[in-house]
Amino acid sequence: MIVESWILLSFCALIFCVGLLGVLLRRNLLVILMSIELMLNAINLTFVSFSYQLQDIHGQVCVFFVIALAASESAVGLALVIAWFRTMKTTDTYAMQYLRESP
Amino acid sequence: MMGSSAMVGMVLFPWMGFLINGLGYWFFQSSSHQKKWSSAVAGSIGTLCMLFSCVLAWNFFFQFLGLPAEARVLEYAGFSWISLGKLQVDLGLRLDSLSSLFVCVITLVGSLIHLYSIGYMKEDPTPGKFFAYLNLFCFFMLILVLGDSFPVVFLGWEGVGLCSYLLIGYWYQDQAKAQAGKKAFLVNRIGDFGFLLGVFLVFTTFGTLAFEPLKHAVLNAVGVERSIQWICGLLFVGCMGKSAQIPLYIWLPDAMAGPTPVSALIHAATMVTSGIYLVTRLNFLFTLAPWVLHTMAWVGAFTAFFAASIALCQRDIKKVLAYSTVSQLGYMFLGCGVGAFGAGVFHVITHAFFKALLFLGAGSVIHGMHEEQDLFKMGGLRKEMPHTFLMVALGWLAICGIPPFSGFFSKDEILGHAFHGSWGLWALGVITAAMTAFYMTRFFYLAFLGRSRHASVHVHESGWNMLMPLQVLGFFSVFAGFLGIPHASWLEHWLEPILGLSIHEPNGMEWPLMFISVLAAVLGMTWSFSKYRRFDPCEAQAFPRLAHFLEHQGYVNEGLHTLFVVALQRVSFFAWSVLDIKWIDGFVLGVSSLATQLGGLFRLLQTGVVQHYLLMVLMGLLMSTGYWMYVQG
Repeated sequence: MIVESWILLSFCALIFCVGLLGVLLRRNLLVILMSIELMLNAINLTFVSFSYQLQDIHGQVCVFFVIALAASESAVGLALVIAWFRTMKTTDTYAMQYLRESP
Repeated sequence: MMGSSAMVGMVLFPWMGFLINGLGYWFFQSSSHQKKWSSAVAGSIGTLCMLFSCVLAWNFFFQFLGLPAEARVLEYAGFSWISLGKLQVDLGLRLDSLSSLFVCVITLVGSLIHLYSIGYMKEDPTPGKFFAYLNLFCFFMLILVLGDSFPVVFLGWEGVGLCSYLLIGYWYQDQAKAQAGKKAFLVNRIGDFGFLLGVFLVFTTFGTLAFEPLKHAVLNAVGVERSIQWICGLLFVGCMGKSAQIPLYIWLPDAMAGPTPVSALIHAATMVTSGIYLVTRLNFLFTLAPWVLHTMAWVGAFTAFFAASIALCQRDIKKVLAYSTVSQLGYMFLGCGVGAFGAGVFHVITHAFFKALLFLGAGSVIHGMHEEQDLFKMGGLRKEMPHTFLMVALGWLAICGIPPFSGFFSKDEILGHAFHGSWGLWALGVITAAMTAFYMTRFFYLAFLGRSRHASVHVHESGWNMLMPLQVLGFFSVFAGFLGIPHASWLEHWLEPILGLSIHEPNGMEWPLMFISVLAAVLGMTWSFSKYRRFDPCEAQAFPRLAHFLEHQGYVNEGLHTLFVVALQRVSFFAWSVLDIKWIDGFVLGVSSLATQLGGLFRLLQTGVVQHYLLMVLMGLLMSTGYWMYVQG
């Protein structure tokens, strides 16, 4: 079965937008991290689909790099979230306004 | 035959004294728990150093006496001091007939005053410092008169100014005395400014700063009349400052805040005559600037007259002498101004002796009366201080111009030359001579004669080391005049290498002029005697308003205060309240408040929520991508 590439790309874009909206709108740090993963994977899928379409292996090589990067990023991110939670007892981004000048 | 190294030694002896006393004070006496050297120790060091210098100076003088006129020059080439392109200045010294006279007077009067100070400063807590300053002053004074170029003279010129400041404000814990020192320094700076400008102009005009090359350059120069006028005018401003002429004389009466030996040495005998020295040294320049000489003569005459009139009504014994000094300096400039430089120098010498004598006598009185300076509280000191009385009497007769005392000869010579210069100058001079006789007799009578007005004070005569200098100075006050007997003036002959040949044509006016000036002096003395014989301090003055005016020193200080200080305060107030606060601060603060307002606007964007920033990043990204795509088509 051959999937039309525009369907694939639209699907990727959709997932990317879901991730983006998740980052922008959600206030829970964990969910934001998950949304970032979503965006990264949407990008991965885009790479793969273009690679397939253009018959070029480079796109798939890129995906490996992105996966490795995503793994390390989420490891650091989760560590930060845990550290933050231990200190502040919350993961709400709206509570993270300590650098703001009090109005 | 002594050479130039002996001359350098002569200059360096006072410097050595300064170093010994100064470093000794710095290292061993400066903190409060350290024991101070007594005035006998510090004073002996200072006096010995001056004495060595004095012996050398007189040795040179006698050596010069045995030489023909053109051989009376001793030069010390020194070393290259400043070397900047065209500007080559050597630190060289030059002893010739003019400077040898000054050196003799400075070292002699200097040594005597050092000796005197041992007694006078006996009670002082820090004699080491005092004698260090005194020696330093003598060092700089010797540099001033021996320097062979403008920069070297200027070194001495500023050095004596510095020492004068240090010594006037020697008792600096007293606010008024510290202020007097500051005033002297600042007023002198005004004069020094003129001096410096003159020196700059000399360099740009003639390309040299040493006196001997300058002499040749002036003789060969063409078309520099205007520059010479300016040079002489500016240098005269410098002389006005140092030698206390109107309008820069105001520091000298206040300089009496210093210890009395300082007043005698610096503010009567030596430093204040440096203006005359400079004018005489540069006579070849000044004779080419007749307008400046003319101004100098009139400034001198008016200074003499004005200062003498103020001295008429002063109560402070030292203020009388201070104004008398200003007045006598006016005489000297009057002499120089009418072209009689030799007469000016002659008066410098006699004045140095009799004024130092009078000051030291006054110091002896002040010392004996336990720091009392008010003439009205003295009287009848003849019995308690017979030696001081006798010596001051000699000084008094000398300054009044009674023949054959020294002041008569020098003053009369100046007046004789002034008569040839201008009738008005002579008249002012004679009136001043009468006034001088009047106020000096008043001073003498109120202090030594009449009945005693100091019942409660135990007066004592001073010790030998204070009387001995008085006696030596008394001797010179009596006999120094014979250096310049009219028509057989040894002094004029002596100064011929510097001043050129002087031509005298006897015109039959000498004797009448001499008679008139002696008559004026005698009249002044008699009037003063008759007035103060029945003196009562409580009695009203004959001309109360005039007396009041003169007693307050002509309100010159108040006037200058209004003219400069108050005006400056007004201007400063305007600059502060309007210029600074309203305009400059308004502008600066306006700019800063603009920045604050703008910042307040942009602060609305900074919410502190991470997502808002992310949104902005996204928007920026979209916009730049959109723009890029639009540009690419």
